[in-house]
Amino acid sequence: MTAPLLQVADLTKAFPVKGRAFFGGHAPTLKAVDGISFDLVHGETLGLVGESGCGKSTTARLILRLVEPTGGSIRLDGRDLLGVAGEELRALRREMQIVFQDPLSSLNPRMSVGTNLAEPLRFHRVGTRGERRDEARRMLEVVGLQPHDFDRFPHELSGGQCQRLAIARALVLKPKLVIFDEPVSALDVSIRAQILTLLLDLQQRFGLTYIFISHDLSVVKRVSDRIAVMYLGRVVEIAGSARLHAEPRHPYTRSLLQAIPLPDPRLKRIGDFALLEGDLPSPANPPSGCRFHTRCARRMPRCSAEEPALREVAPAHLASCFLYQ
Amino acid sequence: MSDSERFLTQTRVAAAAIRRRPSGGKRWAAFRRDPAATLSLCFLLLVLLVALAAPWISPADPDDAVNSLRNAPPGTPGFLLGADSDGRDVLSRLIWGGRISLLVGMTPSVLAMLISLVLGTITGYFGGWVDQIVMRILDVFFAFPLVLLAIAIAGAFEPGLFTEILAIMIVLVPYISRLVRSSTVSVKELPFIEAAKAAGATHLDILVRYILPNILTPVIAYTTTLIGLMIVVGSGLSFLGLGIQPPAADWGTMVSDGRVALRTAPHITIFPGILIGLVSLAFNFLGDGLTAMLDPRARRA
Amino acid sequence: MDRAAGAPLLRVEDLRTYFELGAGTLRAVDGVSFALHPGRVLGIVGESGSGKSATALSIMRLIDPPGRIVGGRVLYREQDLMRLPEREMEALRGNRIGMVFQNPMTSLDPSFRIGQQIAETLVTHERLSAAEARRRTIELLRLVGIPDGERRYDDYPHQFSGGMRQRVLIAAAIACKPDVLIADEPTTALDVTIQAQILRLLADLQRRLGSAMVLITHDLGVIAAMADEVLVMYAGRVVELADVDTIFHAPKHPYTRGLLQSLVRLEDGRDSVLQPIAGAPPNLIDLPPGCPFRPRCIHAVERCATELPPLRKLVDGRQVACHLAVAS
Repeated sequence: MTAPLLQVADLTKAFPVKGRAFFGGHAPTLKAVDGISFDLVHGETLGLVGESGCGKSTTARLILRLVEPTGGSIRLDGRDLLGVAGEELRALRREMQIVFQDPLSSLNPRMSVGTNLAEPLRFHRVGTRGERRDEARRMLEVVGLQPHDFDRFPHELSGGQCQRLAIARALVLKPKLVIFDEPVSALDVSIRAQILTLLLDLQQRFGLTYIFISHDLSVVKRVSDRIAVMYLGRVVEIAGSARLHAEPRHPYTRSLLQAIPLPDPRLKRIGDFALLEGDLPSPANPPSGCRFHTRCARRMPRCSAEEPALREVAPAHLASCFLYQ
Repeated sequence: MSDSERFLTQTRVAAAAIRRRPSGGKRWAAFRRDPAATLSLCFLLLVLLVALAAPWISPADPDDAVNSLRNAPPGTPGFLLGADSDGRDVLSRLIWGGRISLLVGMTPSVLAMLISLVLGTITGYFGGWVDQIVMRILDVFFAFPLVLLAIAIAGAFEPGLFTEILAIMIVLVPYISRLVRSSTVSVKELPFIEAAKAAGATHLDILVRYILPNILTPVIAYTTTLIGLMIVVGSGLSFLGLGIQPPAADWGTMVSDGRVALRTAPHITIFPGILIGLVSLAFNFLGDGLTAMLDPRARRA
Repeated sequence: MDRAAGAPLLRVEDLRTYFELGAGTLRAVDGVSFALHPGRVLGIVGESGSGKSATALSIMRLIDPPGRIVGGRVLYREQDLMRLPEREMEALRGNRIGMVFQNPMTSLDPSFRIGQQIAETLVTHERLSAAEARRRTIELLRLVGIPDGERRYDDYPHQFSGGMRQRVLIAAAIACKPDVLIADEPTTALDVTIQAQILRLLADLQRRLGSAMVLITHDLGVIAAMADEVLVMYAGRVVELADVDTIFHAPKHPYTRGLLQSLVRLEDGRDSVLQPIAGAPPNLIDLPPGCPFRPRCIHAVERCATELPPLRKLVDGRQVACHLAVAS
């Protein structure tokens, strides 16, 4: 059995919160990510879903060390990612890349498409200038852009084209891991399927491992092998995609699934929705015990006092809920 | 705020979303539609050309004094714009003096811009205590009115061209640095900077190829506007005798020299005065035009 | 198809709104017509550049230069809004016709307390006293699911979450019990669990008031949950108009079909095939002649490149703008 590509253990990011009074036991920090752990096997796609404040985007940045973790460990191909710095860290960046939500603003507006694309190669002094440009041209075609787009500028491209460019740029260094942070949310509906097709093809072609972050469970399910559901900085459930959809265990996952409007009036009209009441608590002030208990229809007295651990509730299916413990 | 006013912002948002940022060619077209800016550019190019061509264009030697024709009025043969109190041709002195005035206006501004670009980007990008210290030092400069400070600095050194340029340059650095720094701080937060970091860019890469090109245009536009002001300040320093010394002259010294004969021969003061005003105004309009060219929202059809 | 009772509350006829930009004329709304009956929800679905938001703003006459409404009529209770003096239009806005926008953060004035912003509508349009307006506002807040109305009346927008702000906006929109509610992407910026709450709220309020609603969104799931009739827009034009079941189960326009086919559905497994629509939405400034969808249409024939297909009514009651759909 091959070792996992990525091993995340107890990853935490706490932001100091200024000017907050001490109320009871509340410490003045905001834990955007509060101890999450998961492994990622070569070639798989892990989906990360959740709503505002769940910490999924922060998780992506922690793994890439664009933001420094305040706790936990990350191992990439067995190597400790948090122990490196400077040049060593920079070199490691070649192995993991990211594609952001807004395609246009993730590109340097002053550089041409070709230059934007070749930049990562230049950062790492790969090849000569001519070789880099050739490689950039090659990548353009791989993602479905036209050769003449090479000299154009990002603002001349459409949203879908910009995202293709961003994907090409992420792949030009031949990374092992690519993290996608809401890659299609800002794109038109009719373009989304194009980009998703591209992502899946590229994964096959280059043997890539993906982390796919989105609030849109339908999209995540389509591209992911496994899905981790996050709520207020914690993973509350993690299981295979089909399984998660068919047999969700955690009440939050259930609520999430029920809130999704389906594109079929015969299946679900607004009156059929089972609503999750209440607002999302602020990550700066999470509820005691199980963070979901304030909105959970099935809460028990225990839930406000203790926090449930993420435990196996079925083969390869983990959930953190006292209903199963 | 009434309902309608609130809702109207939505319309603008919708319209703006439809409009796309124009490419380079279209932006120049926008500039050309600004008559003040285009006219100013042409005027300044003309002035620059004339100043550069001084050795060939100037009708007479600017230091050549004809005693009998002191304070000769404009229109005197051989003295198109008249002669000054020493009998020197005003037009020739304007042309030759223009070289110095322009030099004193433009050189320190450009130098200050270069220094500010380095200072502002580094402090804005790295922040921290370096930023705090540098900003506090610059704050000291802001406490004084610009012109007064220039005079004070110029007065501390031997009068001369170099002093003028140095004084103006020192005085400008805080202003331009402030703009560079705030632009850097906002560009630094943009997603493509994070993307570059994720791809393995070094700090130098980011400063030089990602931040700098994206803050350059507003800084150049601002500096251009400042040049206009500095032409006046430079003239002021010369007027006070802190700048270039006789027999060399620029427009400022010409204004100063003309003071004694103001009632009898006002042309000696008026002509250089007009030029100072026009050139300064032209730089101002040019700077405005450049700024408007950058910001599509500022251009209201 | 017209099962609705009575005369339409709102009738839009051949509405046209163009934007004069440096690069050319952008035809944001290019001949849109529909009717809205009391108690019904009309969903307008389209992507960016389809003209759906511009249509809503045009109905409310909130188009600013360089945009201009160049043609068409908007009949509210048989009165043409396009001919109304601005003063009378202002009397209608927020009063008989309410609007809810996408981004609650930019639609609420951050410098004023929310209670004040809602009460202002009541004072302006219904001439209530300040005290009465306040009482009504607190009642409205309760109605939209903000229980602590007394206390929250004096809060500022930034003290509310996104979902709560949207509730405040809805309260302001329905304060004067409008006949017509226009909601433009009301839940796009919200989390999915909050979205469900807000949609339910809108549906309940609409039923309670007996008003008609125009719901504008790009999200077909939201359309399926809320709409009775659906109007599909593309490049400023209506391409298909039918009841919701017909649109989802028997669409005729190639764009509608393509859109539905390209959707990623929750039931899809890893092995289900993705069917994108090729190409991209058109540049609205340089629209070529003929059908705007032609470059992306797999069924296009020669006629599609030269003749713009008009919106025609078919036997089953629907309307579609496609040469081939009509012919078949």
